[in-house]
Amino acid sequence: MSASGSFDTILAEERRSALRGAGLLAAIIAVCVIALGVTGFFDLQRFIESGPAISQLADEMIPPDFGRWQSWLRPLFDTLAMSIAGTALAVVFSLPLALLAAPNTSPHPVVCFAVRTLLAFLRSVPEIILGVLFVAAVGFGALPGVLALALHSVGMVGKFYAEAIEHVDPKPLEAARAAGATPLQVIAHAVLPQVLPQLTDVTIYRWEYHFRASAVLGIVGAGGIGFELIAALRLLNYDQVSAILLSILACVVAVDSIGASLRRSLK
Amino acid sequence: MLSVVDVSVTYPNGVAALKATNATFARGQFIVLLGKSGAGKSTLLRSLNGLVRPTRGDVRNEAHGSIFASGATLRAHRRRTGMIFQQHHLIGRLTALENVLTGRLASHGFLRSLAPLPRADRIMALEALDRVGLADRALDRADELSGGQQQRVGIARAMAQRPEIVLADEPVASLDPATAVKVLEDLHRICREDGITAIVSLHQVELARQFGDRIFGLARGQIVFEDGPEAVGGIALDQIYQTHPAELAVAAE
Repeated sequence: MSASGSFDTILAEERRSALRGAGLLAAIIAVCVIALGVTGFFDLQRFIESGPAISQLADEMIPPDFGRWQSWLRPLFDTLAMSIAGTALAVVFSLPLALLAAPNTSPHPVVCFAVRTLLAFLRSVPEIILGVLFVAAVGFGALPGVLALALHSVGMVGKFYAEAIEHVDPKPLEAARAAGATPLQVIAHAVLPQVLPQLTDVTIYRWEYHFRASAVLGIVGAGGIGFELIAALRLLNYDQVSAILLSILACVVAVDSIGASLRRSLK
Repeated sequence: MLSVVDVSVTYPNGVAALKATNATFARGQFIVLLGKSGAGKSTLLRSLNGLVRPTRGDVRNEAHGSIFASGATLRAHRRRTGMIFQQHHLIGRLTALENVLTGRLASHGFLRSLAPLPRADRIMALEALDRVGLADRALDRADELSGGQQQRVGIARAMAQRPEIVLADEPVASLDPATAVKVLEDLHRICREDGITAIVSLHQVELARQFGDRIFGLARGQIVFEDGPEAVGGIALDQIYQTHPAELAVAAE
């Protein structure tokens, strides 16, 4: 009797929590629909009118014109170099900042908070803005692109590194400490070996991202294939635009698969 | 060799894990701290190498006096004090050898330890693995080893320090009974051969009697008896495993 009574209480509680879940889901869907409405997504007229423009663009883009492929090799190579250089710089600055930002390795909560704020600031400045600023500072070419990628990425990579470091298993740290290791040795020999796979994952993902992002940075004059892309767009050579986009796609696929095999071998 | 003087430990959450405790651990003995979980065994062991900082009192060794005199003193004390943990505290994705080499870190500065450690240290680590019968598994990842093997790697890591003292916190509590005896036999044999003072917490009376030269019984954050293994009988065991008379009285009300 009392058992079935308490079962009823449990089931009622379960029903209430299911209802709460459904209510939350409905609220999320409502917010999404409102956002689509505010941005004009439900304005059917505009989609209907856009039909001819889209089909004309598609006409001009197909077939892609690879006639100038030889003059794209160097910019594509530059873009690859930018993505690697940007990633390398980001890693070099992110790792020490992440160690200062993770509560379990930070020397002091104030340092931890200050570095977290700095990282948040860095990632809140879009790299295209950083690109414009660095082009103004150091002139056109790949260098401002690399600096923009690196600086923006420190904010992102540093945050992900810090989160990985924050969640390490504390037991091996205690073991190293018990063996007389200094705080820096604990970090180098008990923290980093544990998080190496996650750090590699983040870094390789970031490299792939940098390849795509450096294509965009060309638009503001920061070198690479993006420069060719914006030039073709300005000249309304849409068949070349589609050819460049396909070349970028091929490179992204290549970078992705190199990244995947790096990940496997560094597990 | 090593003594605790009026040591008490109260954790930040208010739990008084260890009440004012005095004890002296004699050189070369295999000492067992016996008690049920929550009795204060872990806290006492961890205060012996400063992983837990006593709220009051002091821990002294022959070489340095107070082990808390300075950061350097504490590290020097830890360098000659190996520790073995209940859940072995290994890094699963590193090899057994790399884990054991952690025990050699304190003999090198930070910058030197970033490069691969010298051959002499690698040989010491391999010898330590060989003594627990795992030299042939040196290059296997720690998480590929069985529970008993992982704990042996933990022992090898402590032994790679060439310690004078070994602290072992419930080293066999996560193992099946047969493996537990074998692992304790290894630990006991190595400490005997090298003249290492071992302080080992256990909750199994039979194991304590089998291996201990000296047994300290703990209950409710205090040492309630200290005696040789032959003397640990009914009354002593009642003190650590039976409900305290005062608690019985409270329960009866």
